[in-house]
Amino acid sequence: MKAQKGQVRVITGNATAAYGAMLCRPEVVSAYPITPQSELAEQLASFHADGILDAEMVMVEGENSSMNVVCAASIAGARTLTATSSYGLVFMYDALQETSGFRAPVVMINANRETPGIHAVSSGQQDMISARDTGWVQIIVENDQEILDQIIMAFRLAEDYDIQLPVMVNYDGFYLSYLAEAVEIPVIEDVDQFLAPLKKQPERPKLVPGEPRGCGTHGIEMGYVEARYKHCMAMERVTKKVDEIDRDFGEYFGRSYGGQIEEYRTEDAEIVVVTSGSATGTARTVIDAKRAEGVKVGLVKLRLFRPFPAERLVQALKGKKAIGVIDRSVCFGWKYGPICMELRVLYPEIGLVPILSYIDGLANLDINIPHIERVVEEVHAAAQGKPYQEVTWIPMEE
Amino acid sequence: MVIKHKNIFKQESAWSNADELLLCLDTGSWRTERPILDKEKCNYCGLCALYCPPQCMKDMGDHFEANLDFCKGCGICAYECPRDAITMVPEGEFADEGSKRSG
Repeated sequence: MKAQKGQVRVITGNATAAYGAMLCRPEVVSAYPITPQSELAEQLASFHADGILDAEMVMVEGENSSMNVVCAASIAGARTLTATSSYGLVFMYDALQETSGFRAPVVMINANRETPGIHAVSSGQQDMISARDTGWVQIIVENDQEILDQIIMAFRLAEDYDIQLPVMVNYDGFYLSYLAEAVEIPVIEDVDQFLAPLKKQPERPKLVPGEPRGCGTHGIEMGYVEARYKHCMAMERVTKKVDEIDRDFGEYFGRSYGGQIEEYRTEDAEIVVVTSGSATGTARTVIDAKRAEGVKVGLVKLRLFRPFPAERLVQALKGKKAIGVIDRSVCFGWKYGPICMELRVLYPEIGLVPILSYIDGLANLDINIPHIERVVEEVHAAAQGKPYQEVTWIPMEE
Repeated sequence: MVIKHKNIFKQESAWSNADELLLCLDTGSWRTERPILDKEKCNYCGLCALYCPPQCMKDMGDHFEANLDFCKGCGICAYECPRDAITMVPEGEFADEGSKRSG
């Protein structure tokens, strides 16, 4: 069975995200506006005012409350949504962990932005990277259409009975939040259909009036260990589930994204560049140009950051002669970028080939064609045994 | 890995039932004083149960009694009781009960 053709509109990433959220019929929404996500919160409010979004919209005084609202609503059984960015995500820190610890399947849309310290109202993935150990599933998308499609897939993933985890859908703030692209908006009944398998699953536990229960109330010693163990095991199950849901989505809506990672021209590639988010489009252009020059280069787009898609990455990268990883954030305490650092854990499986770490695109700086050309050329040289620099902050060398 | 642990929580998440598993730790072992009720003074108003932080007061029909498996001995019930019907008594006075915690 195939979905009907949806209406195509030219809308921004924020508006797209609002459409994606609305189509999933969340019952409780609480999203505090913050640059560069504000338009999304406004659009949701507008959908609600127009009667298109039939949800309880809870106005709060800050992001910490918004996360606590959706967490509580979620354990009461509601489908819930929130959205934030940067300082907002940081302000939720304790609530993020409660939500995942309670195994509340909240979906959060996060427009990536740099984090506090230097007041940067600019793009960067530091916010989601800083939240990597909060027990959330974290997915990074590349363009507007993928924002919409991934939000729909996120609900199917979060609320799956075998998963029951909150999911954070991340897109590059400023780049995608304000970029208008042609987006096909599915028919809402088709989205209902895609999410329908959830209804056939056993019902997750929820708070009901008259049945006093606790969630996450007590847990030191073995109660805590057991809850943590189950949480980690659920994370393990996410990887394959992401691939499955992506495949189902592709069969039904005609668009799929590779699941945990997307491979582009990797099959016969000798070297591979690893990217994530909106810079991937630029990277594809460079890969095609370099291929035309005879360089056997491929691309891996990391979509799933938590849990880390180790198995899929090993399959994609094993046997390659050198790898370049472009990070849009920094890692305090390791010289490599965060995605590169995590990838290096896979050394025993991939083999001891050069892995070159690139830090680029911080604080609204573009990851442009010359930058990625440089990456490909250096990784290519490293593959041929030439000396290379392990870590390069590209803007610092310009 | 061979799991020997028997699950405390029936569900994926740490859900507990208010009647039993809400109190899944033997917080009773933390207690240095236990609440002793004078039934003559008690008028079954229920404030002790309402204020009890771990919610371990059992409704006995005409009075409330702390479940000593979970009562931490914080004394809030005794403090809140409008009729001073609850007295906190040092655990040492019950030493002859040995390791038995439930009264």
